[in-house]
Amino acid sequence: MTSFLVRRILGAIVILILISLITFYLFYALPRDPARAFCGKICRPETLTLIRHNLGMDEPLFVQYWHWLSGIFMGREFTQFGACPAPCLGYSFATQEPVFSAIVDRFPVTLSLTLGASVVILSFGILTGMLAAWKVGQPLDKIASSTSVIGASLQIYFVGPLVVFAVVDTLGLLPRPSYVPFTEDPLTWFVHLLIPWVVLSIIFTANYTRMTRSQMLEQLAEDYVRTARAKGMSGRSVFFRFAWRGAMIPIITIFGVDLATLLGGAIITEQTFTLHGIGELAVRAVQNTDLPMLLGVTVVGAAAIVFLNIVVDVLYAFIDPRVRLS
Amino acid sequence: MTTVSWSSEPGTSRGPEPFLSVRDLSVRFSTEDGVVHAVDGLSFDVEKGTTLGIVGESGSGKSVTNLTILGLHDPAHTEVDGEIWLEDQELVGAGASTLEKLRGNRVAMIFQDPLTSLSPFHTIGRQIGEVYRKHKGASKKEARDRAIEMLERVGIPQPATRVDHYPHEFSGGMRQRAMIAMALVCDPDLLIADEPTTALDVTVQAQILDLLKDLQQQFGTTIILITHDLGVVANTADNVLVMYAGRAAERGTVREVLSKPSHPYTWGLLSSMPRLTSSVDVPLVPVRGTPPSLLNRPAGCAFHPRCDFPQLVGSDLCFTQRPDISPENGHGDACYLTLQQKRDIRTGDTKEQA
Repeated sequence: MTSFLVRRILGAIVILILISLITFYLFYALPRDPARAFCGKICRPETLTLIRHNLGMDEPLFVQYWHWLSGIFMGREFTQFGACPAPCLGYSFATQEPVFSAIVDRFPVTLSLTLGASVVILSFGILTGMLAAWKVGQPLDKIASSTSVIGASLQIYFVGPLVVFAVVDTLGLLPRPSYVPFTEDPLTWFVHLLIPWVVLSIIFTANYTRMTRSQMLEQLAEDYVRTARAKGMSGRSVFFRFAWRGAMIPIITIFGVDLATLLGGAIITEQTFTLHGIGELAVRAVQNTDLPMLLGVTVVGAAAIVFLNIVVDVLYAFIDPRVRLS
Repeated sequence: MTTVSWSSEPGTSRGPEPFLSVRDLSVRFSTEDGVVHAVDGLSFDVEKGTTLGIVGESGSGKSVTNLTILGLHDPAHTEVDGEIWLEDQELVGAGASTLEKLRGNRVAMIFQDPLTSLSPFHTIGRQIGEVYRKHKGASKKEARDRAIEMLERVGIPQPATRVDHYPHEFSGGMRQRAMIAMALVCDPDLLIADEPTTALDVTVQAQILDLLKDLQQQFGTTIILITHDLGVVANTADNVLVMYAGRAAERGTVREVLSKPSHPYTWGLLSSMPRLTSSVDVPLVPVRGTPPSLLNRPAGCAFHPRCDFPQLVGSDLCFTQRPDISPENGHGDACYLTLQQKRDIRTGDTKEQA
């Protein structure tokens, strides 16, 4: 297990470096010049040079990249801002705030949104899928399957405001979605994020319902389930103890991918519900051609996804004893 | 070797009362393409403490019959008619909870491929133990001890360590032994082995068959052995039932059926087997044609499209009327040829082979 983890973490570092390189390159491949943008309408060449120097853009590309990369591990010295302790992701071109602390401030919002939604999606999806498989062919199954298809076809930027309008403004059942730190007040944290979680789950659950249902049906047709029945195990025991483990494996795989989608989709979700998370930072960074912020958000987001995928891999080994993490 | 009695009423036979009695069993599956008649009017008995070998090609209905004994078919798409008597318990009409109590307890089944038939997610000890816990109400510790005892009984080395291993950590032969251990943990009266050695190599096959014979001797278990291998039948079974297209073609003791076969299908099976004693140049004579579709079965005798002898039967009975097994007791077959005709054909064949 340790060798597996070590290898995966090393691999993750390589991936993250690669991602940062690509982002760096793409940024400079864009036609928009950030220095020019900050210069203003009337831009004198001297001001432009000064801005470029302040932003560190007069140095060769690879030197800039090296400064950024080494800053993460060893910290950096900025003429403008002074010392920046490791991990240093630089300072935002636009707001001058330290990128790292900006991300750290907003990370819990995105995390709460994503993980909370994941819990709702998985539990609801798997439950309804199992129910549909248990009562396959009967009305409950048909209802579960068809509503899930409708759910999957909805779009968050449409459903989100609709639900907010209905539940918050019209019915007054729940407060407007916002972020209250978990450490401050868990209950308020929960209640204020309930609507985004539920809306996200309407859209994502469908997949899991369908997948769980078909996986369960497939597992129930497997030989070892037949053996369990031949041993006299009751229908319920066969269903819940035997069949579900095999069914979970592909579901976890898909979930690993969906997690990335959820995290990436945070951009839209946060806009829809005006939550101040990393997604918002990312959008602003692109709009402002803010290289350090962009790099920071991309790398942190990628790191989160890679980490969660490692967790998923480790989970496999617990569910399926045939998987050797060597 | 006592002749088996095949009377139509269980308990009224001349010989001892049969342990398992199947009467006019019919199993139909409704599929998208139509109704598949997997088993059509099958009757046979099994005496206590004996081994019945059921032989047939794929699609002959042998596995379906045995799954029906345990009631393991999907009730939504299966129609079962007829009776199956396990001593005084009728199985076809029995409720789900009755069947659950029987399975793994009085009647146990082992399957062909132990790798797919064992759960990959649970240890062998757990899988063996849970049957014991379910039917005998044992505690976890008792179940584990029993599992170790069973593993030892079937000849698995170091049972105390291997009990915590997963199926994929066993070799093929060991897995099959483990499955046998799992089937025997509650000391069942009837063991149904569905092609237990097909997935194994020949040396392991011999070991497994010996194991089954030993266990039968020790515990008096009645065994139904399903196979397509006549060699296995000759080695291990007391009585044989040859099945074709969901019906019985021939039945009797092993000696009767294999040395004096009386159904053209059995002749075909025996002559398509390579013999160590025959010359290398003599070609194998397979039964021509392919097994019939169970959706659209031929009228009359199911075997007639592949049979070389329907013209010997005076009328066109073979094509119109399905033959019943005759004689009813002892060595019987479902064929319209007369005894004399069969004898002539058989000796004629023997002459050809020699």
